[in-house]
Amino acid sequence: MAGNLTQYRSWGGYPRAQHVAVARPAWRDQLAAIVAESGPWLPFGNGRSYGDVCLNDGGKLIDMRGLDRFIAFDDEQGIVHCEAGTLLAEILALAVPRGWFVQVTPGTRFVTVGGAIANDVHGKNHHRVGSFGCHVRALTLLRSDGTLLHCSREENSDWFAATIGGLGLTGTIVSAELQLRRITSPLIRQQSIRMYNLREFFELSAESERDYEYTVSWIDCLAQGANMGRGWFFRGNHATGTRGPTHGQGTQLKFPIESPVSLVNHWSLRAFNALYYRKQWADRATTTVHYQPFFYPLDGILNWNRMYGKRGFLQYQCVVPPDCAYEATSEMLKRIANAGEGSFLVVLKVFGDKPSPGMLSFPRPGATLALDFPYRGTSTLALLNSLDEIVFEAGGALYPAKDARMSGAHFRASFPQWERFKTYIDPAHSSSLWRRVMQGEAS
Amino acid sequence: MRKVLIVGATSAIVNATARCFASEGDRLFLVARNSERLEQVADDLRARGAADVHCHVMDANDFAAHAAMIDAAREAMGGLDTVLIGHGTLSDQQACQQSVERTFAEFNTNCLSYLSLLTLLGNHFEQQKHGVIAVISSVAGLRGRQSNYVYGAAKAAVIAFTQGLRNRLAKHGVAVVDVRPGFVDTPMTAHFDKGLLWAKPKQVGARIHKAMVRGEDIVYAPFFWRWIMLIIRLIPEAVFKRLSL
Ligand SMILES: Cc1cc2nc3c(=O)[nH]c(=O)nc-3n(C[C@H](O)[C@H](O)[C@H](O)COP(=O)(O)OP(=O)(O)OC[C@H]3O[C@@H](n4cnc5c(N)ncnc54)[C@H](O)[C@@H]3O)c2cc1C
Ligand SMILES: NC(=O)c1ccc[n+]([C@@H]2O[C@H](COP(=O)([O-])OP(=O)(O)OC[C@H]3O[C@@H](n4cnc5c(N)ncnc54)[C@H](OP(=O)(O)O)[C@@H]3O)[C@@H](O)[C@H]2O)c1
Repeated sequence: MAGNLTQYRSWGGYPRAQHVAVARPAWRDQLAAIVAESGPWLPFGNGRSYGDVCLNDGGKLIDMRGLDRFIAFDDEQGIVHCEAGTLLAEILALAVPRGWFVQVTPGTRFVTVGGAIANDVHGKNHHRVGSFGCHVRALTLLRSDGTLLHCSREENSDWFAATIGGLGLTGTIVSAELQLRRITSPLIRQQSIRMYNLREFFELSAESERDYEYTVSWIDCLAQGANMGRGWFFRGNHATGTRGPTHGQGTQLKFPIESPVSLVNHWSLRAFNALYYRKQWADRATTTVHYQPFFYPLDGILNWNRMYGKRGFLQYQCVVPPDCAYEATSEMLKRIANAGEGSFLVVLKVFGDKPSPGMLSFPRPGATLALDFPYRGTSTLALLNSLDEIVFEAGGALYPAKDARMSGAHFRASFPQWERFKTYIDPAHSSSLWRRVMQGEAS
Repeated sequence: MRKVLIVGATSAIVNATARCFASEGDRLFLVARNSERLEQVADDLRARGAADVHCHVMDANDFAAHAAMIDAAREAMGGLDTVLIGHGTLSDQQACQQSVERTFAEFNTNCLSYLSLLTLLGNHFEQQKHGVIAVISSVAGLRGRQSNYVYGAAKAAVIAFTQGLRNRLAKHGVAVVDVRPGFVDTPMTAHFDKGLLWAKPKQVGARIHKAMVRGEDIVYAPFFWRWIMLIIRLIPEAVFKRLSL
């Protein structure tokens, strides 16, 4: 069942891992025999995590993409039951024409259901509906001893809570049942609002929570002083009419090859951020757009991560609690601007207070900031370490799906239930991330 | 709405094609030998929009069961106008060289079962005077190579047989499609290292669907195999026999 081992990377391309084998099951009944062999194993979804949460250096992967069958689609109730390797893109292709949409989607639709559960991902509507796991009705989990657990809020509820946000460590998710939401149009009515500073971001977030299902903002991370936090605030709702574009990204561009050096440097960033900030004349504009460019602006360019070059890049996503969100965020933006290292994609959003169902779920009340940095070695790491200080001083957390470097102490601070979680880990499963953050802990 | 008979429904390539028919709301009659996996495929195709899906468990090498299977398909769907035959095994050439029995067994699966089905279906379609019959052969059937000439020879027979059948049925308004895939990343080829020439089943399945809907004659999937095979076939035998292919 060998695949090409080198094709299994994470989205950031950093760090690289050497896997000793990859199993590629095509049928559910093949999984038990795979995990019965010596591991350690880690399920691999579609590699859209940035750091090492989907890597298993020196160990083995189970490529889940071969398990992409629907088991049932209930048109009336909006319930989809599918194998864990099914992409959200495949669910949407089926559901949207029938008037249904996923409750929660991350910023790319090329993630698997298993991956979305294992990281308990969030979307632009977190303040309304919570995380992805809130809408998982049930899942089946295969343990390496051959036990198949049916898990839901009622049945094996502790395994359910351990597996949502469980980072692929509690076993292999074989299938899941998801609740969808009704839509009457594939379109989104979106408003973009220019923000002049960070205060405005928090004001707009508070003001939009009630009337807008989706909110997110893009920040110009190079702007300093009075301009700090300037950018665009986007908010939107599913449209109710049907007039507007009927197609999303018909053709996709593909970033052809890995650039030998990063194309993301000080000059390209400065130009991009300045141009993007001036992208429209008016301070407010309301448009109707197809759901694809609204939710997935980057999915139109396959493999865009290649522009960062061979050294890859790091993502950084944190959440800081509401009471100090403004101070902590402005301090972080200040340090980023001073360091002159920034990213094309600085995204800021306020999470709501709907509890996440997983023991290790990342989403929690507060402001979440996400950025990416081309990997330039120690200077990049030093900046991120200095951001960590602010995050953990504030009692915040880092997101494992986007992490390649947080310390064990920071992991444990981010996820206070980690000790309880440990008892649910499958003895045949492990990951690069888990070994990294557990270094020095007695196992 | 098409009434589609699909033989080899648990194959990755065939399955990808079946998904295209399902999403158009067609009626499907699926044939495979593993009943549990066949049910999983059927569930998937139902969810994707197939009007209805029937399952029929049959080993393709049970030639005596072919006629009854075709009758069951016509009965279940209220007719039959589209057929895809795509089951197969990638023969172990070394093992076949050591065993006549093995070689013949491969011929049963990859050749004789096709000839049997095509004979029965050919008569049905000739009378009916419309419809499409498609088979999956392979670029391997276009020139014998030391590394897999048992498989290649079986596919070559299917290619020639299909060509004759096309010639016969063309006058009766029936299309006979011969799909010749190149390298496709499926369970059949799981043990190969994959390079640039490898295609995904989804891509090949979509191409097969298009060819069937249009009633094309000969299709290479992906297209560039037409040119690769042209070159391979142009190599003079005196040179070819010395190559290790
Ligand atoms: C452009 C872009 C935008 C993004 N935006 C967001 C966002 O807005 N919000 C957000 O939360 N995330 C976001 N992400 C991150 C992404 O949603 C998550 O990393 C997601 O989990 C990736 O899913 P995947 O299928 O690729 O899984 P992988 O990255 O391959 O794996 C992720 C984890 O899931 C586990 N896993 C996968 N399948 C299974 C299974 N069957 N059983 C058990 N464990 C399994 C793996 O072991 C690993 O721990 C974004 C990523 C990109 C590239
Ligand atoms: N993959 C390639 O590179 C490639 C290239 C050229 C041509 N092809 C051809 O494409 C077709 C599909 O192959 P694939 O790549 O999709 O491989 P696959 O996924 O391994 O499918 C092969 C299928 O054939 C079925 N089968 C084998 N013997 C059978 C029998 N006696 N009765 C009934 N079913 C039988 C298998 O069923 P079980 O699951 O029950 O074993 C399996 O579903 C084959 O004809 C193959 O020769 C493939």
